[in-house]
Amino acid sequence: MKLVIPGDLLSDDVKRAGEGTYVTSGEVHASVYGILDQKELRVIPLSGKYMPHTGDNVIGKVVDISFSNWIIDINSPYEALLHISEHPDRIYPFDMGQHLDIGDLFIAKVKDVDATMRVELTVETFNPLRGGRLIQISHTRIPRVIGRGGSMINLLKKELDCNIFVGQNGRIWVNGKEDNMDLAIQTLLKIEQESHTPGLTDIVRDMIKNAKREKGK
Amino acid sequence: MSDKPNKLIEKGKRLDGRKVDELRPIKMEVGVLKRADGSCYMELGGNKAIAAVYGPRAVHPRHLQEATQVIIRYRYDMASFSVKERKRPGPDRRSIEISKVSREALAPVILKEYFPRSVIDIFVEILQADAGTRTVGINASSVALADAGIPMRGIVSSCAVGKVDGEIVLDLTGQEDNYGEADMPIAMTQDGKITLLQMDGHLTKEEFAQAIELAKKGCKQIYEVQRSALISKYEGVSNV
Repeated sequence: MKLVIPGDLLSDDVKRAGEGTYVTSGEVHASVYGILDQKELRVIPLSGKYMPHTGDNVIGKVVDISFSNWIIDINSPYEALLHISEHPDRIYPFDMGQHLDIGDLFIAKVKDVDATMRVELTVETFNPLRGGRLIQISHTRIPRVIGRGGSMINLLKKELDCNIFVGQNGRIWVNGKEDNMDLAIQTLLKIEQESHTPGLTDIVRDMIKNAKREKGK
Repeated sequence: MSDKPNKLIEKGKRLDGRKVDELRPIKMEVGVLKRADGSCYMELGGNKAIAAVYGPRAVHPRHLQEATQVIIRYRYDMASFSVKERKRPGPDRRSIEISKVSREALAPVILKEYFPRSVIDIFVEILQADAGTRTVGINASSVALADAGIPMRGIVSSCAVGKVDGEIVLDLTGQEDNYGEADMPIAMTQDGKITLLQMDGHLTKEEFAQAIELAKKGCKQIYEVQRSALISKYEGVSNV
């Protein structure tokens, strides 16, 4: 792996141009600052705002209620809309606050994003998240939090006996015993900081073990 | 001010000991502001500046937003203590002009269609000034934009050239600017496309061509500094 900056020449093979690149006069250049993935010819960004894509699972926060939509903050430059008709029952606009009120956090899926970045959400249940804690990290670190094939997130859930939900938009909800949540959040912040170092899963496993031993004393 | 020296260039050396085609010492650091999306601190000789980038984010006031692309706002501001005589704080004629030309120097490289209906805010604060602050501002904000993860066609590098004691020189100091014959700040992409060109003073056609060539050399050196500043932020990655 190699760090690249915008404008760096990556390849002459225009057909392989992936995310984080652009093509001019038969050459592929990097468009963002990040880590080059030679295999797929894409640049994995190290920073930047979350841009919603159809199918993403996110944690949203209700910021306003309009006549037929909940207006949701999804930690992105764009607000998302959850339409009243997403509710399984027929509810009245003036009752919307009883199902999801301003300030409520909930798990949602991005249903559609159009060219003007109008974002629509859908939900499985209208239950807001209650209890637990929410942290927010850079969305670019989320793949490391999940790990290859979910290795990292499964390790955290098992070792810390916590319920953890990871949103693609960088928000992570943790629920469990107070001590375990402390350690989980510490670990998650560590992952965010060290996300560019190799062999992170092993480092995290050791870190949790040491922390547990400390506590056992 | 009449601290005018008799000669600005003596035996091929300038007042600060540099050759005519040499830049002042540069220092650059990325990610200096915790709460900005991207930031960069830069020193160029006696110039010290800090650049902060926020966004893309929602536009306020709403009527400024554009349906198909991101808008860019650039604020160049000089601290009141940045010059010898206290400067009245706040925007003035000069800083409004510099903000405009600097914004237009950076706008062509940003892939604006990626973020419709949003804004990228760039703030440049000059902490200490000694001629060439707009070039420092552009260099620092270009790096800060990359640090913020904003997609761009390339990095913009900028430096000034001018004419002092009849010679074409790179990167003028305050004194050279005041008593020299011409000062010409230039910004360009790494493939040499010019995005900013201003001039104060007089140059002949031949001198102008020579000055552009010198500026290209200067910008290349600055580009290397910008590049290594960005790479060194994540030093561990290179040995993955």
